[in-house]
Amino acid sequence: MNTTKSTTKPVPSRLSRARGSISDFFLMLYNIYSFVLRFFKEVLLPPYDLKEIMRQCYETGVRSFTLITLTGFIVGVIFTKQSRPSLTGFGATSWLPSLVSIAVMKALAPLVTALIAAGKVGSSIGAELGSMRVTEQIDAMEVSGTKPFKFLVCTRVIATTITIPLLATYVAFIALLGGYLNVSANEGTTYTTFMEQAFEPLTFVDFWASLSKAIVFGFTIGIVGCYQGYFADKGTEGVGKAANGAVVTAMFLVFIEEVLIVQIAGWFR
Amino acid sequence: MQKQKANIDKTNEVVKIRGLEKSFGDYDVLRGIDLDLFQGENLVVLGRSGTGKSVLIKLISGLLRPDAGTIDVLGHDVANISQRELEALRIRIGFSFQNSALYDSMTVRKNLEFPLVRNRKGITKAEVDKNVESVLDAVGLSQTINQMPSELSGGQRKRIGIARTLILNPEIMMYDEPTAGLDPITCIEINDLINEVQKNYNTSSIIITHDLTCAKQTGDRVAMLLEGQFQRVGTFDEVFKTDDVRVKPFYDYNFTE
Repeated sequence: MNTTKSTTKPVPSRLSRARGSISDFFLMLYNIYSFVLRFFKEVLLPPYDLKEIMRQCYETGVRSFTLITLTGFIVGVIFTKQSRPSLTGFGATSWLPSLVSIAVMKALAPLVTALIAAGKVGSSIGAELGSMRVTEQIDAMEVSGTKPFKFLVCTRVIATTITIPLLATYVAFIALLGGYLNVSANEGTTYTTFMEQAFEPLTFVDFWASLSKAIVFGFTIGIVGCYQGYFADKGTEGVGKAANGAVVTAMFLVFIEEVLIVQIAGWFR
Repeated sequence: MQKQKANIDKTNEVVKIRGLEKSFGDYDVLRGIDLDLFQGENLVVLGRSGTGKSVLIKLISGLLRPDAGTIDVLGHDVANISQRELEALRIRIGFSFQNSALYDSMTVRKNLEFPLVRNRKGITKAEVDKNVESVLDAVGLSQTINQMPSELSGGQRKRIGIARTLILNPEIMMYDEPTAGLDPITCIEINDLINEVQKNYNTSSIIITHDLTCAKQTGDRVAMLLEGQFQRVGTFDEVFKTDDVRVKPFYDYNFTE
């Protein structure tokens, strides 16, 4: 009779699995924090790779242009259309331009741009660097003394930090344009009147907060995408995980940052 | 075909390893390794898959950190030098990866230029072009200069990978499975190239392989890695003149009918 002990590992309980996931998540946040520190340590040192930064700006900015334009326009049109019935009830449709501009400038433009960019740019960075890690291209850069962190990470993070605020500003104007076309078609408002009413309730703090948000979001998307790709596990599965992790983590952090920046901007008003 | 005798300086160890240990989790890969690589020598490290051959050269180049022991490379203790010193040292070490690790978003020219431009401040365009043409000529692939890595065959990729390391004029070369996945004719060409690099660039090399033909054609000395330690070190004939059941199957599989 076989009396040997079973060598099967005990199945972890739900509680210990949950505990493991939570500690993994905080460990990842700590690693991202270390990654950010390394970025600031290396970004100021030469070489500055301006050509590569320009190339990455093109990749992250220009290549997202069509999707961003379409999304911004639809957000403007739909938001205006959906808000009209509520305002009509109070006989306040003349407030539509102000409502649209406040919503777009203060919240929608940076947030929508960040979410689109997290999906398109973040996943692309995660997959690209992950693939380079898996095929030992990053190791090859390392052993030839070419400072891969500087060339691959710093350039991409700078590019997203520059292009995402620009895209967010562009989305704001495209969304306003969408709103204007809808208001114009229904209420017959002229372009000048719409824009005057749209910008009237906005202050410098609103623009500053919106731009700050977009800069922080751009930096986050770049850092998270690079972090996930740079430390991808070996194998093709690792590349997929890096791309997926880049999107999920960036979106999660963007939402947290949104809440924090709104709070901070509120103190300045 | 046995390798011709090389000009080896046995008084000058370019790599000196003592008591090197490395584990991954519970698995002890390297268990107290001692090894010397002499100036001008081609040292072949043989062993079964998963015995830590690639780990050894990654430790030497500072891609991994040892758990214990010392790795002296060109007079520097790799495990105990600053990042800046390590980067400077790495320029003197060429590393040819098993899958070539060519930068797939760059052309062959850009692949070769990249380490040169980033490591040699103030180098002129004419000097870069001259170096690129010179190493491409050395590996016999001048015609591929504007091609993308995806357009190259496996053997061509290996050669370009070697050319990319040669462009920095390394003193030590490390080849990770240089003939893996190649047809016999291309294997012979790669073996010849390794010997040409040794002769023309005056390099000392560590060649990781489990291909005995490669070991015989390129190695001045062979070191057999078994159970985390070098069990047999010597010339090809010395290593394989044995009845050791852990070594004999390597020879029998490659050379007996």
